[in-house]
Amino acid sequence: MIAVVDYGVGNLYSLTCSLRHIGADCIVTNDEQMLRDADRIILPGVGAFDDAANKLRSLKMDQLLSELVIKKGKPLMGICLGMQLLFEQSLEFGVHQGLGFIGGTIRPLSDALTNQAKVPHMGWNSLAFVKANDPLLQETKEGDFVYYVHSYYATDCESSLVATSNYCGVQVPGVVRHANVCGTQFHPEKSGEIGLRMLHVFAAEKD
Amino acid sequence: MLTKRIIPCLDVRNGRVVKGVNFEGLRDIDDPVSLAKFYNDSGADELVFYDITASAEGRPLFSDALRAVATEVFIPLTVGGSINTLDDFDRVLKCGADKVSVNSGAIRNPNLIYHAAKRYGSQCVVLSMDVKRVDGSFHLFARGGRDDTGIDAIQWAKSGAENGAGEIVLNSIDTDGVRDGFDLEMLQAIGDVVSLPLIASGGAGCMEDFLTLFSLPCVDAGLAASIFHSQEVKINDLKMYLNKNGVPIRIVEEK
Repeated sequence: MIAVVDYGVGNLYSLTCSLRHIGADCIVTNDEQMLRDADRIILPGVGAFDDAANKLRSLKMDQLLSELVIKKGKPLMGICLGMQLLFEQSLEFGVHQGLGFIGGTIRPLSDALTNQAKVPHMGWNSLAFVKANDPLLQETKEGDFVYYVHSYYATDCESSLVATSNYCGVQVPGVVRHANVCGTQFHPEKSGEIGLRMLHVFAAEKD
Repeated sequence: MLTKRIIPCLDVRNGRVVKGVNFEGLRDIDDPVSLAKFYNDSGADELVFYDITASAEGRPLFSDALRAVATEVFIPLTVGGSINTLDDFDRVLKCGADKVSVNSGAIRNPNLIYHAAKRYGSQCVVLSMDVKRVDGSFHLFARGGRDDTGIDAIQWAKSGAENGAGEIVLNSIDTDGVRDGFDLEMLQAIGDVVSLPLIASGGAGCMEDFLTLFSLPCVDAGLAASIFHSQEVKINDLKMYLNKNGVPIRIVEEK
């Protein structure tokens, strides 16, 4: 059973549809016992970092996730803003603390881009592999396209990089991993067949 | 590298797809799910559904159709038509829309974009504009291109961006239906003042029109309906053609 963390951020309809489509059992929940019972956890999210981080804390999800994922080793996948929340901090409108499961800082794309480049980075971009043997890439080829929508990106996370996409010269971390914690900046649930394969691999991963 | 996007647009009335759909091998040609799957398999990068249902009674049929598409097709889905309030946003987002396109609703209620972006995030708010040349300037039109609002389209695009729209669809009334190419001049005029992703609509007649379109760096995507529905242009062929001519494009393996 996959638990999709429900903390009032974003639309989870597509994600649950895609998980069901690949035959994965899933439940959208913020119930402590359900999260404890789940085999693996997905942390979704769209919107602002600070708002999302506060919502996680107000539900005490930060402590629970830390216990289940860091102490007990349950596999966790963050998607989009959910991936960004795995990092130590974000510089989105001030400095905000994340969950700190992966070392690094979320910064505005606009800081790294020239003026001509548009923000958000929206659309289909190809993946370049950094760690081709990562479990999440098992059924994906280098150059496969995935769907991004974001204005901030992960930095200072070289050791966690699994795959990146080039947006106007900026290497955007697309897939990251530290041990049992992984994340995608793009939306696998909106990335067609390629995204479904990635979710399938996560759902079937051996612990 | 970020690719240019090809987006077919489907008009839906009372939960069924209408207008000029002519596919060989598709039995249920007005079924939104069959068509969405067909386009997904042909390599469409996104799908747009316009709800052209005239009556409130038909609205739940659209929601059902959208929900059915979202359970089977996993690429971005944009919904437009009859979006006037935050409740309308809520309704279609809960049925699986990823982005919501606002047109006349934003003209009637200029705060709609601001409030929607605040509640759901800019990434899901698309400003759709119907624009026509009037006395040498670009005017914004309302009600499906029937009424001249007198509003300057350039200013409208700017204020839409400031209010938090995440993307702009520019429909040129001047080139729509003419099939002689997209309205490059109008697109450039809007692209010069906003730095949001820009989707071109109106005027596609052949594959070459898309190649010309993507020679404008400010354009991110091309949207069309009839040439895809009639299969005069097949999305897969179009994407191979663009790719061969140096346009960054997503090629999917045919099933």
